[in-house]
Amino acid sequence: MTELFECILIFALILCAVAALHSRHLLSAVVIFMAYGLVMAVLWALLQSPDLALTEAAVGAGVTGILLLLTLKKIHALDGKGE
Amino acid sequence: MELLEKILSLRFEIAAFLLFGIGFIHLLVEKNLIKKIIAFNVMDSSVFLFLASQGYIAGRAAPIITDGITDAARYINPVPAGLVLTGIVVSVSISAFFLALTQRFYHRYHTVDFDEIMILAQEKDVD
Amino acid sequence: MKKLHWDSFADWVNGTTPEPECPPLPELPKKRKPRRTRPQDPAHRIRIFSRLYRVIALAVCLCVVSVLLYTLFQLPLFGAPDNPAVNEVSRRYVEQGLSETGAVNMVTGMILDYRAFDTFGESSVLFLAVACVMMLLLRDQNNTTPADIRQLQRERAAEPSCCDPILQKVVAVVFPCILLFGIYVVLNGHLSPGGGFAGGAMMGAGLILYSAAYGMDAASRFFSQKHFRILTTSALLCYALSKAYSFFTGANDLPSCISLGCPGAIFSSGLILVLNICVGLIVACTMYGFYILFTKGEF
Repeated sequence: MTELFECILIFALILCAVAALHSRHLLSAVVIFMAYGLVMAVLWALLQSPDLALTEAAVGAGVTGILLLLTLKKIHALDGKGE
Repeated sequence: MELLEKILSLRFEIAAFLLFGIGFIHLLVEKNLIKKIIAFNVMDSSVFLFLASQGYIAGRAAPIITDGITDAARYINPVPAGLVLTGIVVSVSISAFFLALTQRFYHRYHTVDFDEIMILAQEKDVD
Repeated sequence: MKKLHWDSFADWVNGTTPEPECPPLPELPKKRKPRRTRPQDPAHRIRIFSRLYRVIALAVCLCVVSVLLYTLFQLPLFGAPDNPAVNEVSRRYVEQGLSETGAVNMVTGMILDYRAFDTFGESSVLFLAVACVMMLLLRDQNNTTPADIRQLQRERAAEPSCCDPILQKVVAVVFPCILLFGIYVVLNGHLSPGGGFAGGAMMGAGLILYSAAYGMDAASRFFSQKHFRILTTSALLCYALSKAYSFFTGANDLPSCISLGCPGAIFSSGLILVLNICVGLIVACTMYGFYILFTKGEF
């Protein structure tokens, strides 16, 4: 049962990576990348590494996403039309 | 059938290699600098996933000692987890540095498209 | 007048480098040489180059991924207990770790006791990363033109001063919880999952949330550039000094006056608690410093 869950999560991980890199709008790319970080955090917890899960949830899904969003604001990619 | 079982048992390694490939190709081919940085982060975490999957041992607990039992056959390998833990935090600071460089590029050339930046840089050199 | 290297570097950092007096002049005749089959337009050349580059990049990536997938069949079985990664090093860490470091969480005991020197290097990397971002993004009189500063002020004045009331109300409830949980994770790093890196990132994220909801000015009341400098340098120094003490006593076979304590208690495992707090402070300051530099370019 755990294996099935892991396989679903791995599939979601690869899907998130491809979707983030192929999405048209930079904003949606960043949001999907944050989702990627969250899926990664769950995978760390399944790999019996709770330290990594905590760090990844705070860093991968939080801080990296915030920094990317701030950069998008600075380069005026959020002003309506996107990329 | 045997191949399928092999693939199923090596799922984390396969995922890590595929993510590495996806990230690498987008890092090289993508024109937008933000997308390049996201691809770099994907590559990063694929390496971390590979490292952590090498330390995992089926049926064992996280390396936090419970009930005072210090038997090595009870816990998973703590070494990859320690390596990856510091790596995650360093990777976010590296991507912050890249993002700051991107902002400076935008400040100078008013675009984040790498080809356009190359063209503009050449024109400024010619001037 | 000949300038020292250091002076020119300082000028470059401050952004006051004088424009170079056209050094490529002697190169020009070489460029004027007639070439037969060469497109004049540099943009055209770049476009051709990028097309070629894409093809080569695709080939390189396919090679790398196929080599990686080929090595897949040489890898040991996933999750097997006789994996070559599970060698005597990890066995010793698990078996002797509790009695030698006093930490219940083996990962923390490893990165902050056996491999504390690596972790010190990584904390310095964080410090250096903030310094680099500061070099690139800090806006003051030295590296920004007055027109830019005026435009920046106009942009800042145009932004709504008071943020979303929903966000503010939610943050008022959530922010203390996040900060408290971050502090808990840092202080319990040797007993439960987490430690300096995870807890520091949480505290930094909480601070970012607060300043996003209540504006920069409210946040800069209790966290300014001075606080940032004092906190980071003193945390790094404290880390270095406490680890130097334990290295000194360990190398000279002296008895350490810091007892390991009872495993499981909060004041146990010797210096690991102090080191955890130092690392947590550095990581939190780094994350929040990135946020401040990215939003307004100054402290």
